[in-house]
Amino acid sequence: MRRRVTAPQPLRGQGIALETQADLSAEINAIGDAYVRALKDGGPAETQPRLDYPPYRSSILRHPTKSLHHTDPETIELYSPAFGHQDVHALESDLTIQHNGEPQGERIIVAGKVLDGDGRPVAGQLVEIWQANASGRYIHKRDQHPAPIDPNFTGIGRCITGPDGSYRFTTIKPGAYPWKNHLNAWRPAHIHFSLFGTEFTQRIITQMYFPGDQLFPLDPIYQTIVDQDARDRLVANYDHSLTEPEWALGYNWDIVLTGPKRTWTENEALGADSDEE
Amino acid sequence: MSTKLVPTPAQTVGPFYGYALPYEKDNELLAPGSPGSIRLQGTVYDGSGQDVVDAILEIWQPDAEGRIVQKTGSLVRDGYTFTGWGRGAVGNSGAYTFTTVNPGPTKPGAAAFISVAIFARGLTNRLFTRIYLPEDTEALANDPLLTSLEPERRKTLIARRDSDGGLAFDIRLQGEGETVFLDFQ
Repeated sequence: MRRRVTAPQPLRGQGIALETQADLSAEINAIGDAYVRALKDGGPAETQPRLDYPPYRSSILRHPTKSLHHTDPETIELYSPAFGHQDVHALESDLTIQHNGEPQGERIIVAGKVLDGDGRPVAGQLVEIWQANASGRYIHKRDQHPAPIDPNFTGIGRCITGPDGSYRFTTIKPGAYPWKNHLNAWRPAHIHFSLFGTEFTQRIITQMYFPGDQLFPLDPIYQTIVDQDARDRLVANYDHSLTEPEWALGYNWDIVLTGPKRTWTENEALGADSDEE
Repeated sequence: MSTKLVPTPAQTVGPFYGYALPYEKDNELLAPGSPGSIRLQGTVYDGSGQDVVDAILEIWQPDAEGRIVQKTGSLVRDGYTFTGWGRGAVGNSGAYTFTTVNPGPTKPGAAAFISVAIFARGLTNRLFTRIYLPEDTEALANDPLLTSLEPERRKTLIARRDSDGGLAFDIRLQGEGETVFLDFQ
């Protein structure tokens, strides 16, 4: 169901769009170098993106300036909404069959497991994905990048994780696309992932990238994660065992949520209480 | 708690979620006009006081009796089952709206609240906060989170009661009156 669409806003200040990739790369590299030095001096590894990352211009006025306030999760925060098969149709995990014809591009299978911080499978939870088409165009009326719309590809998928935490989508490899952070800014190909755990505190939205992308060092969004090991966790592995003959290439990507705070029960491992059908 | 695996990093929701994450009746935890239903509304602001027009919020709450609901049907709503979870993208003015119920206290004497996750273009990771009801001042005065905050900051977590019985709660990502955002590590 298409409704309310939102749009990127014009960048503040006329000069911003004239900044070049070289300007931005210098900022990205300076922050990265400072982080590596701090790490060598015994500083902590940073496993999440920086909320304050000036090379990603849109973050400048949108990052909290005060530290996040530490608190112990209570009551509702220790649970997650329940999703069941009444919420998601089985066909929603195949993005290549949602229209009357075959979408253009390289068909791929993306599969993996959702685990919690203790390595346990997160079963019976909702995984949502969205992405650009093979030419790097979103079905979004404010994406006016002059690349073709594919009438057979919307780029939206959903599934519920299996008892072993597994998810699996059939889709099309998305293309890189330009954006207006600076002059000649291009996003590496990526698929957006939205995940729930067994607790609301585990809620995460992230992006899966493809191995070997030349745009990684240039991209201010990918680089909001300053730690190389942490960044690597967003890159899928090509997996020939997932590849299907004369059909689709396979990529494996496992997702780890934060550790649970609530006492865990056997039923949750099986997803038994997450579907009332 | 010792964690053996390092969590996957987050990334921004970006600007183009509009055709993917919103869905029919996503912000209607109850049908508007249902007995006991209220409107929860507010605006998301950036550090210059501008409306953030590409934010999306999720709320998760107990029912009016304080029960934590574990019912499916948030994505395909049947019109009467209260699942406790909803999703609402802001409109062109930066305003969001939910139809829901006042959350009940999950134990006697506890302050009732709605849990919120905020996503937006330019926000590299979701932010968590809480919306407390304004009326039960004794419970608010004893709440562990609220009592750990300076009075000025505490105010950012307490909703206003609208004249129609609804709740008003603005979110300020940055600057004066910056909302308290939570870390559960």
